Amino acid sequence: MASSADKAGDGAHGAEEGETRRDFLMLATGAFGAFGAAAAAWPLIDQMNPAADTLASSSTEVNLEPIKPGQRVLIKWRGKPVFIVRRTKAQIDEARAVKLADLVDPETDEARAKKAEWLIIVGVCTHLGCIPAGTKEGELKGEFGGWFCPCHGSHYDTSGRIRKGPAPKNLPVPAYEFLSDKLVKIG
Amino acid sequence: MSDSKFKNPIVAWIDYRLPVFSFMEHELHEYPTPKNLNYWWNFGSLAGIILVIMIVTGIVLAMHYTAHTAFAFDSVERIMRDVNYGWLIRYVHMNGASAFFIVVFIHIFRGMYFGSYKSPREILWILGVVIMLIMMATAFLGYVLPWGQMSFWGATVITNLFSAIPIVGDSIVTLLWGGFSVDNPTLNRFFSLHYLLPFVLVGIVVLHIVALHQHGSNNPIGIDTKSPQDTIPFHPYYTVKDLFGLGVFLVLFFGFVFFAPNYLGHPDNYIEANPLVTPPHIVPEWYFLPFYAILRSFTADALIYLPISWLMSAKLAGVLAMFASIMVLFILPWLDHSPVRSARFRPLYKQFFWLLVIDCIILGICGAKPAEAPWTYIAQAATAYYFLHFIVILPLLGFFEKTKPLPTSISEPVLKGGGGASSAASAKPMEKA
Amino acid sequence: MRKYLMSVAAAVSVAVLASSNAMAAGGAVKPPEQQWSFSGLFGTFDRGSLQRGFQVYNEVCSACHSVRLLAYRNLMDIGFTEDQVKKIAAAKEVTDGPNDEGEMFKRPARPSDRFVKPFPNEQAARAGNNGAFPPDLTLMTKARVGGADYLHALLTGYKQPPKDKKVAEGMSYNLYFAGNQIAMAPPLSEGAVEYADKTKATVAQMAHDVTTFLSWAAEPELEWRKRMGVKVILFLLILTGLLYGVKRKVWSDLH
Repeated sequence: MASSADKAGDGAHGAEEGETRRDFLMLATGAFGAFGAAAAAWPLIDQMNPAADTLASSSTEVNLEPIKPGQRVLIKWRGKPVFIVRRTKAQIDEARAVKLADLVDPETDEARAKKAEWLIIVGVCTHLGCIPAGTKEGELKGEFGGWFCPCHGSHYDTSGRIRKGPAPKNLPVPAYEFLSDKLVKIG
Repeated sequence: MSDSKFKNPIVAWIDYRLPVFSFMEHELHEYPTPKNLNYWWNFGSLAGIILVIMIVTGIVLAMHYTAHTAFAFDSVERIMRDVNYGWLIRYVHMNGASAFFIVVFIHIFRGMYFGSYKSPREILWILGVVIMLIMMATAFLGYVLPWGQMSFWGATVITNLFSAIPIVGDSIVTLLWGGFSVDNPTLNRFFSLHYLLPFVLVGIVVLHIVALHQHGSNNPIGIDTKSPQDTIPFHPYYTVKDLFGLGVFLVLFFGFVFFAPNYLGHPDNYIEANPLVTPPHIVPEWYFLPFYAILRSFTADALIYLPISWLMSAKLAGVLAMFASIMVLFILPWLDHSPVRSARFRPLYKQFFWLLVIDCIILGICGAKPAEAPWTYIAQAATAYYFLHFIVILPLLGFFEKTKPLPTSISEPVLKGGGGASSAASAKPMEKA
Repeated sequence: MRKYLMSVAAAVSVAVLASSNAMAAGGAVKPPEQQWSFSGLFGTFDRGSLQRGFQVYNEVCSACHSVRLLAYRNLMDIGFTEDQVKKIAAAKEVTDGPNDEGEMFKRPARPSDRFVKPFPNEQAARAGNNGAFPPDLTLMTKARVGGADYLHALLTGYKQPPKDKKVAEGMSYNLYFAGNQIAMAPPLSEGAVEYADKTKATVAQMAHDVTTFLSWAAEPELEWRKRMGVKVILFLLILTGLLYGVKRKVWSDLH
């Protein structure tokens, strides 16, 4: 190692030559090194994805018994607000009367509500994530009698579909199932 | 701009306004490095790379860690079990601390063997000692965070060191704790400081490199570079050599991470902290063991304590001795005043150097043993020798050692034979002309 | 330089050996080494042993010891199906709430729940065990010197005390426990569980199985870690070999 000093070389400044050489060995080493760096970066990025316990986070069961016709309630599921609405006949009819052609994000009400009486939607505006107003009594419900997002003025109808304003999509429907007539499991 | 040395127009444009490329060109390509550096010179850049690994994995772990006594242990276990690749990242961070110390210790002993601390590199050396001190503080703070039994009791023991200070000691300890024992406020501030200090470390490492590049690297022969023939550009020669060294290091390091991740740790730290139960043997991490042995050597009946027993308590003496064992490194460039740098030309110093290495290892072994005979006596003798080496042997060597004749330049073959005839005076060539 | 390298290496290995011996010292007999499916560079957990071990934990240990860091969903990693896990979880009750009336309520556990603890807190555990606290077992093999060997030795180490040793009221004599007096009565007895796969439930067999299960509980990442380790080390060896070639090439014009 150190004895390399003994063989005094005048090639001491042959660096440029060595650097510009692009032979197979250099290429292979560079490729291996780049692969290694990318492989090492992945765990550091993937750790930010939801952890196993977060993914397994439990579903929420909601008792529908106390909800009166026309009433809207807000519950928390996976840290997000979920609207549960017991719709009146008029509201259902209104939602079902809309022509698909009039919709920004065409979707029938039948496809959105497993039981016509119960509308279950995630209460996060598809524009930039605010919670649309309209769930509590006396809040603005927007021009279509559903919800109105105060942040940037998106109007949703009684099926939670976007009708007017900047939001691009309908309020999403979470996975849910009715365990009985009066008990629903969300998630 | 047209006369820029960069062909790429974008690089030239940027460099004209912000000379980062000129800087890199200067530091890497033009920076002349002695051509005879051996593999012991790999450990400096290796330490820098480990610092980066520690900071990156540490930032990532902090995304999942909860600095609260009620949640810290479980949050670490959540990292181990539920966070994607969490176990890998944590084991890298955990074993990275050990690797960092191994590499830095070798780096320090290399500096001692080849006299790298001597003029004009005293400040370079002192900055290095500061780096080691901050590293030790950071490692200690980090070891507390998982909130295991050793975390808790290690924190208790180490913070109690400050109670040895006369008059204000107890107030200082209360201040450090933010309470009346190691508790939630302590854990919180330890986390804050553990996150902060590595960045301080980066700042000092930059100064360390600035000081290094002022006069360039020392070399195994220890004489100054004289002509362009003695040097080669750092890049590509030493970049590729450092990368090869890094590869060897990573093989060993990941061997630990994947196949023996807890080998260097202590089982008690997988038991959650319990302020009411002290583990039977409190042992610090291995890298603190020599210092721990020095601390414990000062007992009321220890021979090394008797000369100063009228001055202070054994407890204070132990604490001061432990700090002094590092402080003495600050004045090493002046304790060792021999004009010859490299141990290759200092036959006596070479032997004392290896005695010091063995002494430190003995101290480390003693630190791991329970505080009982015969280990206490061995530790006391080893402690005494440690200070003897620095305070007595090194200064005397400077006066009496007969050094071997130095070659006239790095490029020239080392002169064979004609050994002991020349005295230290013949070692003049190392002085800067 | 090689001479120094070797002497440093020798010194370091002496130091490491010495310090690991120091850790092994603890006043009790050193546990004998066992054959574990999960030791070695390529070791994996024996699935049958894991599932039997879970059965032993579930039917014997769980009366007093928690494994609070495990969730029922983790059992799918050791070969239970989702339905089996749901059933295992549903057999336990967890406290949830508060409900709309502000009351806490009991419900069957779900796969996402952590293993239910036998006692709500340490005080309750001590009150139910003559003042002794049965420790959580999730990390037991990592938290004891000797790991799995120690655990196995402890479970099979109940002996008649020597004549000169007095064992306190309510304590048992155990060869491998520090101080030899342990508050836990011998937990395993011949045929204490009935294995579904007809394996004979001897004390040694049950100790082996439950230790395997608890080793997995402590290091659920072990198989993944070793698999990935082999690949990473092989990759690094090739990369380092290539780098050595490049280094030789770059430096060749100097020699």
